[in-house]
Amino acid sequence: MPYTSHTEDDRLKMLHALGIESEDELFASIPVEHRLRDLLAMETGRTEPELMRSFRERAAANRPAAAAVSFLGGGVYDHAVPAAVRNIASRPEFATAYTPYQAEVSQGTLQVIFEFQTHVSRLTELPVANASMYDAATALAEAVLMAARVTRRNTVLLPASLNPRYRAVVERYCEGQSIALRSVPLSEAGDIDAAALRDRLDESVAGVVVQTPGYFGVIEKPWTFSDAVHDAGALLVAVTDPISLSILRAPGSWGADIAVGEAQPLGGDMNFGGPLLGIMACTNKLIRRMPGRIVSASTDVDGRDAYVLTLQTREQHIRREKASSNICSNQGLMATRATVYLSLLGETGFVELGRSCFAAAHQLAAMIDALDGYGLRYRGPFFREFVVTCRRDASDVVHAARERGVFAGIPLSRYFGPSRRRELLVAVTEKHNTADFELLCEALAPAG
Amino acid sequence: MPDTIYKKSRPGRHGFRVAPDAPKPDLPDEFLRDGPIGLPEVTEPQVMRHYVELSTLNHHVDKDLYPLGSCTMKYNPKVNEEVAALAGFSGLHPEQDERDVQGALGVIHDLEDQLAVVSGMDAVTLQPAAGAHGELTGLIVARAYFGNRGEPGRTRVLIPDSAHGTNPASAKIAGLEPETIHSGADGRIDVAALRERLDNDVAVLMLTVPNTLGLFEDRITEITAAVHKVGGLCYMDGTNMNALMGQVRPGDLGFDVMHFNLHKTFSTPHGGGGPGSGPVAVKSHLEPFLPGPRVQRAGDGFRFAPQSVLRVGPVHSFFGNFGIYLRALAYIMRLGADGIRHASQVACLNANYLARRLGDEYPIPYGQRCMHEFVASGDRFREYGVRTLDIAKRLLDYGFHAPTMYFPLVVQEAIMVEPTETETLETLDRFADTMLDIAREAREHPERLTLAPTRTPVRRVDETMANRHPVITAPGREST
Repeated sequence: MPYTSHTEDDRLKMLHALGIESEDELFASIPVEHRLRDLLAMETGRTEPELMRSFRERAAANRPAAAAVSFLGGGVYDHAVPAAVRNIASRPEFATAYTPYQAEVSQGTLQVIFEFQTHVSRLTELPVANASMYDAATALAEAVLMAARVTRRNTVLLPASLNPRYRAVVERYCEGQSIALRSVPLSEAGDIDAAALRDRLDESVAGVVVQTPGYFGVIEKPWTFSDAVHDAGALLVAVTDPISLSILRAPGSWGADIAVGEAQPLGGDMNFGGPLLGIMACTNKLIRRMPGRIVSASTDVDGRDAYVLTLQTREQHIRREKASSNICSNQGLMATRATVYLSLLGETGFVELGRSCFAAAHQLAAMIDALDGYGLRYRGPFFREFVVTCRRDASDVVHAARERGVFAGIPLSRYFGPSRRRELLVAVTEKHNTADFELLCEALAPAG
Repeated sequence: MPDTIYKKSRPGRHGFRVAPDAPKPDLPDEFLRDGPIGLPEVTEPQVMRHYVELSTLNHHVDKDLYPLGSCTMKYNPKVNEEVAALAGFSGLHPEQDERDVQGALGVIHDLEDQLAVVSGMDAVTLQPAAGAHGELTGLIVARAYFGNRGEPGRTRVLIPDSAHGTNPASAKIAGLEPETIHSGADGRIDVAALRERLDNDVAVLMLTVPNTLGLFEDRITEITAAVHKVGGLCYMDGTNMNALMGQVRPGDLGFDVMHFNLHKTFSTPHGGGGPGSGPVAVKSHLEPFLPGPRVQRAGDGFRFAPQSVLRVGPVHSFFGNFGIYLRALAYIMRLGADGIRHASQVACLNANYLARRLGDEYPIPYGQRCMHEFVASGDRFREYGVRTLDIAKRLLDYGFHAPTMYFPLVVQEAIMVEPTETETLETLDRFADTMLDIAREAREHPERLTLAPTRTPVRRVDETMANRHPVITAPGREST
């Protein structure tokens, strides 16, 4: 059998030591009428080459966006993954280790998390970051619960520009907590309608969520309303795109109390949407209210620098139902990838990457804007993603483009119904070039 | 410890660059960062050496035994990594057209199918990203079920004291009320006491099977029948499925809902803490409430089923940790029906063998016959000033990882050992010999334990200082 290694001699020796005739006796406490006499109804095992063949065939039945000309975004992006990131993340020392509960033999994982926390803290300009969450959606849901716990209030305001998939998960977590979710509309420019937001700020509001850039790509100006949010006694929760923080003002600089985001673009593959990497950062004041694992620098008994998991009394294995969350794992290996990614790009490479995405997105936006029957839905500033208005249904446009081998983007009717049926969400990364843009334009508005 | 990557930074060094000529963005200043981020400036060779050096400081399964109870640290087959790295999977975007992701939908469908076969359940969602996330999802499904039956007042969730702490925490987030039930003298559920707690407000009984003592609830069908009689549901925490697969199906025992841990039972790597995957399997009466989107067969292929009104919405941004499904499905297909049954057999054989070899020195309060793991006690060494923590730390000196400690709480100075099926007899004997040596040391040279470890990259780390004054980021940007 694969991966087990007892010889018949070993087996007999062990059975003898236990004074039993066969392994069956080990399962004697299972009611006999429910013991499986036959094998499970599944196929017999395959050899490794047979297995690879089967999965190669399955893989060949897909048409991966990464190998096509694709403008799909909406939370998962096709950025270049440096070879060194894959190499480090595939090391068994990181991949096959458990949670670093035994600090003495886990300093590698612990220091990586410490550097991850530092990277996230610097990107967000918030002093505290945890060791990661499942994805942005669950990170946001946890942030919303945290805001309600901290303020002891029960309303949270969500902008109309929130990723609809994140909104759905937030709803799931809030149903059990009697937290009311209210929507804040957008202005004509596509950012949050600040006047409407102010109208909704009352003493029931625990938190205000701001996604910037929003799902429709528009960059917010939260500094114009962050004081109002705080004056109302609410927390300001930022949903960020870490790639955008290469060039854009960080949440900490405009008063966010908690920042979450999707860090898949930091060295993660798209993987059909998982595993992803949720990040979470917050102010010093909130550190003991934050869910998830946290690593601290400390010293060992000889006075040497060392790292260790800390503030575990917040966590479920100690606090049980009084814990700040039920989360038990982090996305360790994904966080390792993000850490190596940011170290490898460094200050220079990361800022250049952000600039490149911005420039490329604006180049494409200008090309599309010039097409007959196409335009930009919002005039607000954007980073690397924007909404195109089409001259016909966006889903038809997407289907036609697919025939030409171009994945044009996400038709917004998928989430927002017929009122946005002509709108298409288009994302650009540093991997695109002008030829890709020409292919998209040609697919949108075929010549002749 | 090695310096942080920040200390290795020197202005002017570059690693990975894609766009050296990218222009400064044309945006008003108010939108832009007003200073550097503070990321390091290092070269690719430096980055490689830095993280390779860090990696050497870790214990990991590919190095030696990792006997953590309830964590199932089995070998992670390398072919699974090759499967998951195939560009036809890793390059898929979750918003792609269904026609372009048929292979991926087939993987989801087939893995759901295989997990249903293993569990004896009727339907599976793979969406939850971890075991605790699976618990939460299963309980949200249960709540939706009772809501739909017009019984929103059913909120009590009964959980044994030996359960993992995520159980009560998950119940709380699901909007239910966790309550502790105490284990009986034999380490199992006290069925009579349980019956007294059952009434029409009980939503769910949440059991770990086998429990964290490594014991199978031998009166399980009596227990599940009693819960069903008052209209409640039975949830099985599948963290210990490695003891059961191919031997018995939770669905046959009266469970309505359970979760798996693919990173335990189905050999996907733990990654230093994740990503995991916590699929939820249910009986047909709960299927209508499983979170969407659901994959279904359509002709020769697959599609996402239309959303139905009863379903609870998604619990993940997309479809969960797809990359983990590939590894788990590859594992199941590699083992096949016979390999799966063999794996649980050997897991239990290994655990019982170790229990037998250690039992004289480390008493096992709840009997000598266990399933895939057992809980011994280090209590007798207290008279030498030695605690279980010290025994665990001494194991690190001998190159082993420590077992799970001080859990479950019903055993004094608990030492919870799960060897898994992938260890050789030589390794088991080496571990047992070492444990017996440590017992001798505890009597003759207790300081070797209380001062341990001494051969590890660092020695015991000051947790108290870290708790009082947590330092969770490297010194400020100005000092890089």
